[in-house]
Amino acid sequence: MPVKRANKTPMPERPAGIRSHDFREVNEGYSLAHAAFEAERCLRCQDPVCIEGCPVGIPIPDFIHAVAAGDLPGAARQLREANPLPAICGRVCPQESQCEMLCHMVKRFRPVAIGHLERYVADWERMETPLPEPRTPTRAEKIAVIGAGPAGLVCAGELARLGYAVTVYEALHAPGGVLRYGIPEFRLPKEILDWEIEVLRRLGVEIVCNVIIGKTLTLDALFDDYGFAAVFVGTGAGLPAFLGIPGENLNGVFSANEFLTRINLMRAYDFPAADTPLKVGRRVAVIGAGNTAMDAIRSAMRMGAEEALIVYRRSEKEMSARVEEYHHAIEEGVQFNWLTNPIEILGDKEGWVTGLKCQRMRLGEPDASGRARPVPIEGSEFVLPVDNVVLAIGTTPNPLLIKTASGLETTRRGCLVAEETTGQTSRRRIYAGGDAVTGAATVILAAGAGKRAARAIHADLSGEH
Amino acid sequence: MPTIVEKRVLTPITKLFRVEAPLIARSARPGQFLIVRVREGGERIPLTIADYDAATGLVTIVVQEVGATTRRLGALEPGETILDMVGPLGNAIELAPGGHVVGVGGGFGSAALLCLMRALRRRGDHTTIVMGARRADLLLLVDELRAVCDHLELCTDDGSVGFKGFVTQRLQQLIDGDSPRRPDHVVAIGPMPMMRAVAETTRPTGIPTLVSMDPVMIDGTGMCGGCRITVGGEVKFACVDGPCFDAHRVDFDEAMRRTKMYVREQEAALQRLETEGICHAG
Ligand SMILES: Cc1cc2nc3c(=O)[nH]c(=O)nc-3n(C[C@H](O)[C@H](O)[C@H](O)COP(=O)(O)OP(=O)(O)OC[C@H]3O[C@@H](n4cnc5c(N)ncnc54)[C@H](O)[C@@H]3O)c2cc1C
Ligand SMILES: Cc1cc2nc3c(=O)[nH]c(=O)nc-3n(C[C@H](O)[C@H](O)[C@H](O)COP(=O)(O)OP(=O)(O)OC[C@H]3O[C@@H](n4cnc5c(N)ncnc54)[C@H](O)[C@@H]3O)c2cc1C
Ligand code: SF4
Ligand code: FES
Repeated sequence: MPVKRANKTPMPERPAGIRSHDFREVNEGYSLAHAAFEAERCLRCQDPVCIEGCPVGIPIPDFIHAVAAGDLPGAARQLREANPLPAICGRVCPQESQCEMLCHMVKRFRPVAIGHLERYVADWERMETPLPEPRTPTRAEKIAVIGAGPAGLVCAGELARLGYAVTVYEALHAPGGVLRYGIPEFRLPKEILDWEIEVLRRLGVEIVCNVIIGKTLTLDALFDDYGFAAVFVGTGAGLPAFLGIPGENLNGVFSANEFLTRINLMRAYDFPAADTPLKVGRRVAVIGAGNTAMDAIRSAMRMGAEEALIVYRRSEKEMSARVEEYHHAIEEGVQFNWLTNPIEILGDKEGWVTGLKCQRMRLGEPDASGRARPVPIEGSEFVLPVDNVVLAIGTTPNPLLIKTASGLETTRRGCLVAEETTGQTSRRRIYAGGDAVTGAATVILAAGAGKRAARAIHADLSGEH
Repeated sequence: MPTIVEKRVLTPITKLFRVEAPLIARSARPGQFLIVRVREGGERIPLTIADYDAATGLVTIVVQEVGATTRRLGALEPGETILDMVGPLGNAIELAPGGHVVGVGGGFGSAALLCLMRALRRRGDHTTIVMGARRADLLLLVDELRAVCDHLELCTDDGSVGFKGFVTQRLQQLIDGDSPRRPDHVVAIGPMPMMRAVAETTRPTGIPTLVSMDPVMIDGTGMCGGCRITVGGEVKFACVDGPCFDAHRVDFDEAMRRTKMYVREQEAALQRLETEGICHAG
């Protein structure tokens, strides 16, 4: 029976002073006892509004009930039917603004730890159940998926389950998209991603790395020369923005993409055993306050930075990072400079960064996004002495593919135009989803879009629904 | 995985490889490059596509051993594979047809002129290659390059072969009229100091000049921004906006400073390679 307890069962985590020096996962995960205890907190409401907060509609009370009843296989099945990447989403979803925000418990207590439970069940599944038996496609149609991020991988998995022969083309030398090159090991161990990819391979999905559609092969060639019946475009939003302030090309200034790619994809933390270096100085400033910024600044600490600064022109309230990452960053000693606008990066004679010139801001009237507009305070300029500046101020879709393909409609911001429920683009048999359509968003939205597109492709090709 | 079918040692530190990479061979155009990785944990390094043949599916690369990754690559033998190879990357070189094109090459850059000059000559352009090295024995692919252009001009610092002096001095003579036709376009590929000197040589007469910029790169697709250079006051990503740019507008000071970002780390990697040796399995 549900037991009323005010507080979430805390997630066991490694002590800040230790974990901030290595790349091992911060959260240790619930034990069975934790999970069962927390699962009892779910009230099994008549109107489970939490489900409305979940972009893929996980039957949340049902899977939690299964956990409480000790039926982990049942819980795992229910989760996976709705969300093909539960171990990943349990770790990286912004639960506080999705399912857990709507949980009835929030009104008086802390919400049920839906994310922690999702993670527990998915980890149990990964450790305790055998990988699926290798399968071969049962249908004649071949489908190409472009980009091996969460959108593409989920789409590929769904289509393979439906019996299609699926080939995923990935530009980089390893699949995973942002899950591989962006989100660090201490939040999302690569082992989890590798396991999900192994599952896909067993389902018969072929993943071909080092192929850039638009460069190595054209989109048209996929239809005309390779005979694919349909294509899903999940190329993400990988193009980093820069501020355009003086000093941005000084040595020691990076986009967060470069900074994190050197660490995650290229394993700079293992230099010189791995060949790609990354120079991290004593004091690092990261500009921005989203998940990317938190990942960059916490990675900088783990690469040896002694002072880690977040510089953000708005206030704490407007920050878009997951709350858990924010708390972890504070515990690890990251310093937050709110209402601070970078205006110039300063360097020495050899062209290395020495400081970040900033200006204080105050909050003014709401802007187009509904958030209070930061307004500069005259005469408030000051210099933060730093050795590195990392820009985490957003990304936009990469135009490589779109530039070389005709008939694909895009928005002004370079996003692909696609129907929300099906992912259908302006070209027949070409579907799209994830960050390539929405602009930089979340893993679960990308996964959901991949899944919906797979269903639509199936309906399109087979006439079945 | 791309398999090496042929290897030639051009100089003690310069190796030519012909590699089976049919998809790249089919879509490559002169001026483009590819990125390779030669071992797990290895760095991704860009290399110019020196030549390609869609019919045989072979791509030619010429590698100058300057650090850990190029050394490991240089040690590979025919029959072995290159772990990762992606391309073609960057834009093809586009020149208005019918002119006199002078390709200036230094180091591995001379090799990159192979497919470019052949293509230009085929379509009817007048073509000259000016290539230089310190000594005669460091000049690369002389016979191959002679075969793809109308005039081959060799320059050596010591005068052991051809013109005694720098490529830019010979180029100046061509500009001054020591050639049946004054150059209409100059394309320089080679070490940055050479490309910069070429830019300065053609600047006074304003002959349109392209240089192939080679900043440090990671992905080669526009994702990291590590390859950014300033051209005419604007920031460009060399991998997707280039690699060739208007030589007279490139900020070479900045570009050269940026390639030195990891000098100390590169030396450490090389030292480690020297103490451990090149382990083929690793
Ligand atoms: C550092 C960082 C931290 C984040 N943290 C979180 C978080 O905590 N929670 C959360 O929900 N979201 C987070 N996000 C956002 C989330 O990762 C993305 O929304 C999600 O990965 C988008 O998935 P996708 O499949 O659309 O694209 P991506 O993950 O970007 O994958 C696209 C893939 O396509 C490949 N590709 C691109 N063009 C081509 C081409 N022409 N041919 C072949 N392949 C191509 C790319 O190489 C890439 O592998 C974070 C993002 C970053 C950068
Ligand atoms: C578009 C492009 C095309 C290129 N084409 C070729 C080619 O056809 N053949 C070839 O041999 N090389 C080419 N290069 C250069 C090649 O990528 C570098 O030499 C290589 O990355 C060095 O790796 P390494 O690990 O061996 O040496 P590192 O240890 O990384 O560097 C060793 C030394 O080389 C210098 N160096 C490193 N990177 C570069 C660079 N990009 N440009 C100039 N100097 C550098 C360093 O400052 C250092 O002194 C190209 C580079 C680019 C960007
Ligand atoms: S997928 Fe994300 S939003 Fe949905 S229940 Fe899980 S944590 Fe909540
Ligand atoms: S190499 Fe990463 S953007 Fe050019």
